[in-house]
Amino acid sequence: MNARLLPYMLILPVTLFLGVFFLYPFVLVAQQAFSGSDGFSMANFRDVFSYWKFPISLKNTLLLAAIVVPVQLALSLLMATMVSKMKKGRDLVLYVWTIPLGISDLAAGIIWLAIFEQSGFLNSMMSGLGVIDQPVNFLSYQHPGVIFLAIALAEIWRATAIMLVIIVAGIGLIPKEYYEAAEVFGASPWKRFTKITLPMLRPSLQTALILRVVLAFEVFAVVAALGGTLMPVLMGEIYAYQFDLLNSNAAAALALVVLALSIAFTVIILRVLRVPKGASI
Amino acid sequence: MTDATQLVGNTRSTRKAGRYVYIASVVLLCAWVLVPLYFLLINTLSSPETVNSFPKSFIPEFDLGSLTFFAGFEGMLTALKNSIIVAAITMVLSVLIGAPAGYALSRFDFRGKELFRMLVLLTRAFPLPLLALPLAVLFIRTGLDDTAFGLALVHTTLAIPFAVLITFSLFSGIPIELEEAAWTLGCTRLTAFTKVVLPLILPGITASAIFAFVISWNEVFASAVLTIENRTLPAFLLQTLGEAPLHLKFAGGFILVVPALIFIFAVRKYLFAMWGIANR
Repeated sequence: MNARLLPYMLILPVTLFLGVFFLYPFVLVAQQAFSGSDGFSMANFRDVFSYWKFPISLKNTLLLAAIVVPVQLALSLLMATMVSKMKKGRDLVLYVWTIPLGISDLAAGIIWLAIFEQSGFLNSMMSGLGVIDQPVNFLSYQHPGVIFLAIALAEIWRATAIMLVIIVAGIGLIPKEYYEAAEVFGASPWKRFTKITLPMLRPSLQTALILRVVLAFEVFAVVAALGGTLMPVLMGEIYAYQFDLLNSNAAAALALVVLALSIAFTVIILRVLRVPKGASI
Repeated sequence: MTDATQLVGNTRSTRKAGRYVYIASVVLLCAWVLVPLYFLLINTLSSPETVNSFPKSFIPEFDLGSLTFFAGFEGMLTALKNSIIVAAITMVLSVLIGAPAGYALSRFDFRGKELFRMLVLLTRAFPLPLLALPLAVLFIRTGLDDTAFGLALVHTTLAIPFAVLITFSLFSGIPIELEEAAWTLGCTRLTAFTKVVLPLILPGITASAIFAFVISWNEVFASAVLTIENRTLPAFLLQTLGEAPLHLKFAGGFILVVPALIFIFAVRKYLFAMWGIANR
């Protein structure tokens, strides 16, 4: 076979597949979102934006992302630095810390339900300590703050691992000589972290943040398991449009909104953490 | 003199204290991951009555009541079977389609390589499960609606970027000289690949396949949108969340978690290598 054509033959399956199942559906979803009774229309978007649940679900989704992602970033940076100094037991600790990577958002929601539900472990612990007499129904409409906290904790618990993996891999790529040189010049551990690790980690931080922010906008099953309909989020509303309200045009319009949000934040992260040309490792 | 010894003693004791803080934080962070899992285990291995009672014991009673109830629940085992079928198809498809591209990226310089890499990386910056919405209509037209194969196609879209990147890093780890040596010894490009490269990367390919399996196994949104009768386990659990008794939820959650634990253990070596390459 022609050696010049071979690479194209090899990437053809993926390109075709992504064309049919990635690019084409986006055209379809946009078409559906802008379609009305007589051709092009913004009616679906007006429907979606004027629905009373839209501002709440947008606020909840953004607020959740704004709290969860920074905590995860700090936590995974801390964990990665701890692991990089470790000699004994590094593999075991890394395995334990990456366990949640394999756990689905639905399962994570159920796991935290075991803690927060009325006969759950938090109530059992608190009554054991004598803080409460009666088990409290934390996940009810009377405690919106606790529902939010439970969802945030479940998200932090589940999805910090993916950031950890990316950051640990990134730290592995930083040449050790930089640290040795810094040590010779007497830089403190904190200085070394801020002057070497963080700047050199930029590409990894980019990947990690984009991935996490996009996933944070997709939050769905954790909320379904812990909050039910008490805490509306964008993905949950899309699901409701599709199945409860049977309005797939509105679902498509809202899907475009989530998409636009994801792309906007991806661009922002790429800009803020851009790697200067020629400065990569 | 005494000052100096005291100073040395002080730094030593602060260093010792720092070491304790360090170990304590590692243990604490391990507990943060493991304790919630342990709670789920307690609930799964308790009888339905215990799961719904208060207060909870912090030791499992090793009763299989909840799991038996789970297995006997109408439609649950079918959903479990569907999950396995969809994940298996996803696994095969993503490796078959993704691995050749990974090989091309690691071995060739060709025009449009960067563009292709961008396309693959771009898929990760999009909320992919949303694609299930337009595909639902498309699938009804083509007869793929509510089938394991149709859902597996969508899950393959989720898994392919990872399959390409993992296989890319695997192939990059094998020196091209090995292949060239095989060519000089009379192998064709294909036989050199099957006789020399393939045996070397087979464990890595398995890891990438397992990763695809987990991605499909865990996916909720697209599964719930695209299946009605043939629900996968996560979709079925999601549907029953509203009315299902607690012990069913916990047993279901447990069944979801177990394969994931084993799989992550099996692929742990490759997790870091693959992300290291993917970031460049």
